[in-house]
Amino acid sequence: MVNSAPILDTQAVRRTLRRLAHEIVESNQGVEGLVLIGIQRGGDVIAQRIADDIEEIEGVRPGLGALDVTLHRDDLDRRHPEPQPSALPDVDGKVVVLVDDVLMTGRTVRAALDALNDFGRPRIVRLAVLVDRGHRELPIRADMVGKNIPTSREDNVRVLLQEEDGRDAVVILPGRMES
Amino acid sequence: MTSTASAPLTAQGRRPGRSWEHQHVLDLDDFSVGEIETVLNLADRMREVLDRRIARVPALRGYTVVNLFYEPSTRTRASFELAGKVLGADVISVTANTSSVVKGESLIDTVRTLRAMRADAIVMRHSIAGAPYLAATNTDASIINAGDGAHAHPTQALLDLYTIKSRLGSIAGKRVVMVGDISHSRVARSDMWGLTAMGAEVVLCGPPTLLPRGLRAQDRPAHAESALPNVTIETDIDRAIEGADVVMALRLQSERQQRGLLPSLHEYAQLYQVTAQRLAKAKPDHVLMHPGPKNEGIEIAGAVAAGQHSIIEEQVTNGVAIRMALLYLLSGRTDLPGDGGSVTSEARA
Repeated sequence: MVNSAPILDTQAVRRTLRRLAHEIVESNQGVEGLVLIGIQRGGDVIAQRIADDIEEIEGVRPGLGALDVTLHRDDLDRRHPEPQPSALPDVDGKVVVLVDDVLMTGRTVRAALDALNDFGRPRIVRLAVLVDRGHRELPIRADMVGKNIPTSREDNVRVLLQEEDGRDAVVILPGRMES
Repeated sequence: MTSTASAPLTAQGRRPGRSWEHQHVLDLDDFSVGEIETVLNLADRMREVLDRRIARVPALRGYTVVNLFYEPSTRTRASFELAGKVLGADVISVTANTSSVVKGESLIDTVRTLRAMRADAIVMRHSIAGAPYLAATNTDASIINAGDGAHAHPTQALLDLYTIKSRLGSIAGKRVVMVGDISHSRVARSDMWGLTAMGAEVVLCGPPTLLPRGLRAQDRPAHAESALPNVTIETDIDRAIEGADVVMALRLQSERQQRGLLPSLHEYAQLYQVTAQRLAKAKPDHVLMHPGPKNEGIEIAGAVAAGQHSIIEEQVTNGVAIRMALLYLLSGRTDLPGDGGSVTSEARA
């Protein structure tokens, strides 16, 4: 149940993803050699959306993949989550843009950088996120940010997407809500 | 799927799902259908890891696996070693002829000694049925049964289930024929538990001297008719194979002949060898399996073992994935999907 007013509503999410698509194409100067890789779970749908936008803008679809980082997490001594599927196109020599829905501690991105190495050696790796909510615990920074949302550590930022939640929105649930 | 971004690395905001409950893997008779499915699904993820260019992840850093083998083994031992190493665990192997076993150290002592060295999991193969159970009651390390006498070989059964499922799409309703020395086969026993749990129809085929007594119709007490539902006995291989989805040939050990259970290996091969001609009666898209090591020319014809229906090598690769899945499940508190509440109740039922 989501009562709070959205930080980004449907239109805002669509515009923000569109802008990220433009920024990615601009920084890459086209689609040549571009591969978007969504970090499971959450990042995969965002990466697909951005790939759709890029295809509309440029007439060419970038490479697309999904990466699960579970087995590279740094907290596996406490809890073993169930891994999700990974499916990556060739990343050797490519410009890989890692895509995630929310950036916070940076630990997931650290794990993703390690996991990516198992599949090949990209020429460049960049990071694009829909929401950056601060509270970094590692020296990691996104190259492209949809929206900076200052939050309290206890807040629960949820990205809702048409494909899975029936609508697009970013909302904050205050306090210690359960996922 | 709703994405959650609240402190992803703390326990905060996580509804506990059902978690993996087995500390040991001794046989499949105490695995629920949901638990078997968990292992098979996780094995899919592990296959992906195995197929990566660099098949090595740090998930089990600091976890120590000891292979303790009192009986020879190539593939099972190598498979566990690789599984542990791909996941970043430390793996060492102890074989009985080089260890203190020759000095008379008892099984319990050996297991306790390995645990004192901080072994987290002990993978054990022993010629005596039940030996891993004895070990499990005397240590807090995880014991994985890699074969105990003629009793059980649960990791082989899980890899067989996984291989059938990934090749044929499902296990339920499939006709699985096991041919050979069923009596002395721990693989057949564990496979029977797993296959019947998953809804397959199992046909056991072999000479009467190599079929377990309790399963033969004439030996079965009247009340025990339904003791093993979906398992039938067929001594005629051609009738057994008819309409089969899966044909599994079992290794015939030559000492069975010396013990008088077979007139001759030649006669056995004549009557029970899995050949192309016999497989012609199976379903057109059947698969041929063998737990290895094979005696080509005895229980299986060389040409079919390497033929287009053979998935014997796939079994070997899948074995590594299954053992990775088990080590991952045993090595930490694994929360299984339960957040949405949909999977939980039915899978545990």
